[in-house]
Amino acid sequence: MERKDLLGLRGMPRAEIEALISTAARMRQVGERRIKKVPTLRGRLVVSLFFENSTRTRTSFELAAKRLSADTLSFNVSTSSTAKGETLMDTARNIHAMQPDCIVIRHASAGAPALLARSFPFSVINAGDGINEHPSQALLDMLTMSDHWGALDGRTVAIVGDVQHSRVARSNIFGLATMGARVVVAGPGTMCRRELAALPVTRRHTIDEVVGEADAIMMLRIQRERLGKAMLPSAREYAAFYGLDLDRLQRARPEVLVMHPGPINRGVEIGAEVADGGRSVILDQVTNGIAVRMALLYHLLGREGPVDEG
Amino acid sequence: MNVVWTREQLDEGVKRLASQLVTTLVGVPRWALVGIRDGGVPLADELADEVERLGARRPDRGDVDITLYRDDLYTGLEKPVLGDTDLPFPVTGCGIVLVDDVLFTGRTVRAAMGEVWDFGRPDFIKLVVLVDRGHRELPVAADLVALSLHTRKSDRVTVDWDRREVRVEPGAG
Repeated sequence: MERKDLLGLRGMPRAEIEALISTAARMRQVGERRIKKVPTLRGRLVVSLFFENSTRTRTSFELAAKRLSADTLSFNVSTSSTAKGETLMDTARNIHAMQPDCIVIRHASAGAPALLARSFPFSVINAGDGINEHPSQALLDMLTMSDHWGALDGRTVAIVGDVQHSRVARSNIFGLATMGARVVVAGPGTMCRRELAALPVTRRHTIDEVVGEADAIMMLRIQRERLGKAMLPSAREYAAFYGLDLDRLQRARPEVLVMHPGPINRGVEIGAEVADGGRSVILDQVTNGIAVRMALLYHLLGREGPVDEG
Repeated sequence: MNVVWTREQLDEGVKRLASQLVTTLVGVPRWALVGIRDGGVPLADELADEVERLGARRPDRGDVDITLYRDDLYTGLEKPVLGDTDLPFPVTGCGIVLVDDVLFTGRTVRAAMGEVWDFGRPDFIKLVVLVDRGHRELPVAADLVALSLHTRKSDRVTVDWDRREVRVEPGAG
C-alpha cells in the first residue's frame, strides 16, 4: 500500500480496505499478550490534533500508537474565535517543526485534513472532519462485521439516525458499498433527506422498515444539542419513533448485530437493555478501534528509511 | 539453480536434528518447539513428530511471526503481510527451541527472541536450523545445524518442503 494519508473511504480500493482489516485482526492479538506492545514504530512521533472534543477516538489512536512503540503527543485546540484556516495552518507549521511522522486530526471543517495532507510531508489521518468522513470508525465497524460474517458481500447494514450530518455514516456508506454490502438508512426527514440519494444507499422513513431486513443495525448518536430545535422535537419523541428498544429488536433477525459508534445516549437512540444485550457488539467496536488504528499507523508510517537485508 | 540437498539427505538431516535435540534436552522438564514464520514452521512440525517417534514426550508447539519486530520496516517497499504469532503454552519457565529453515544474517533470530520475551521469561532459548549459510551480521549462532553451506552473500538459499530439497541460486553480486 503506497499511501501517505488516510482522508476518507470514498474511492479507496477494496484491496486496501481488505488489507487494513486483515492487518487489524492480527494487531488485535498484540492486545491479548502479556506485554501489549511491539517495537514496530519505535522512535516515530504521532501527534493528535483535535479541534473538537473527543475522548475515545483520541485515546484509541494514542493507545494504538503506544502499542506500536511510537511516541505520542496530544494537542487540544479549542476552536473559539480565531479564523480557522489561519489557525490550522499555523498550528500545523508549529507541529511540523517538531518533525512528526503522523498527525491525527479532528476538525469541524470538512477538508481540513486534506489541506494538511497537501501542505505537509507527514502522514495525515482524518479522525473526523465536519460532516465529511470518519474513516477509522468505519474501518473498525467493518472489522467488527467481518469478525462475525467473514466477507461483507451481500450483507445489509442499516444506519439509523442523523445520517445527514454523520461522518460516521458517510464513511460507512462508502466503505460498505466498496465491500459489496448494501446500506439502508432511516431517520427523521430532517436528518435523512432526499439528497442522500446521491450516495449508494436505500432510503427508508421509519426504523421499523429497516429492522427486519438488516444483518447489522448501526444506531447513530443523537446530538443532544440538536434536540428541542427545528430538527427534533424531544428525546422522548425521538426514542419512540427512531430508538432501538427491545420491542423493535425482537422483530430483527435473530443473529443481527447491534452497533453504535459511542458515546451512547441510553434511552434515546438505543435502549439500555439493547445496548447491554446479547446482540450488542458495541464494546467489541471499542477493542477493534485500537486494532484498526494500529493497522493504519503500520501501513501509513515508515515510507522511507534504511534498507536492510533481513 | 543448484540442488545441494535432495530428499534423502533432507530426511536424514531432520532425523539427525531430532535425535540431537532429544540428547541435548534430556532432563529438561518442559520445552517447546517454536517455528519462525514462515520457513521454520514445517521444520518445527517435523521435528515434533520425530522427537515423539524417538520415544520422548512430544514437545509443545508454537510459531512466531516476527514482522512487527523487524528492524527493516521503513524500506518504502510493500509492507509485509502480518502472520499469526501463536504461543499456546506458558513461556515463563519453559525451554524455547527456536526453529528456522535458513540462518543468514541473524536479524530474524534476534527479532524472534525479542518477541518470545514479550510473552514471558523462558528458562532458555536455543536455536535449531536446517541450513547455516553464513554471513552473520550479529553475534548469533545456532545450537544445532543440519547443513552448513559456503555461499556468496547475494546467493538465494531455498528449502523447498514440497519437493524436499535445498537449492542455491546464484545472485547477481
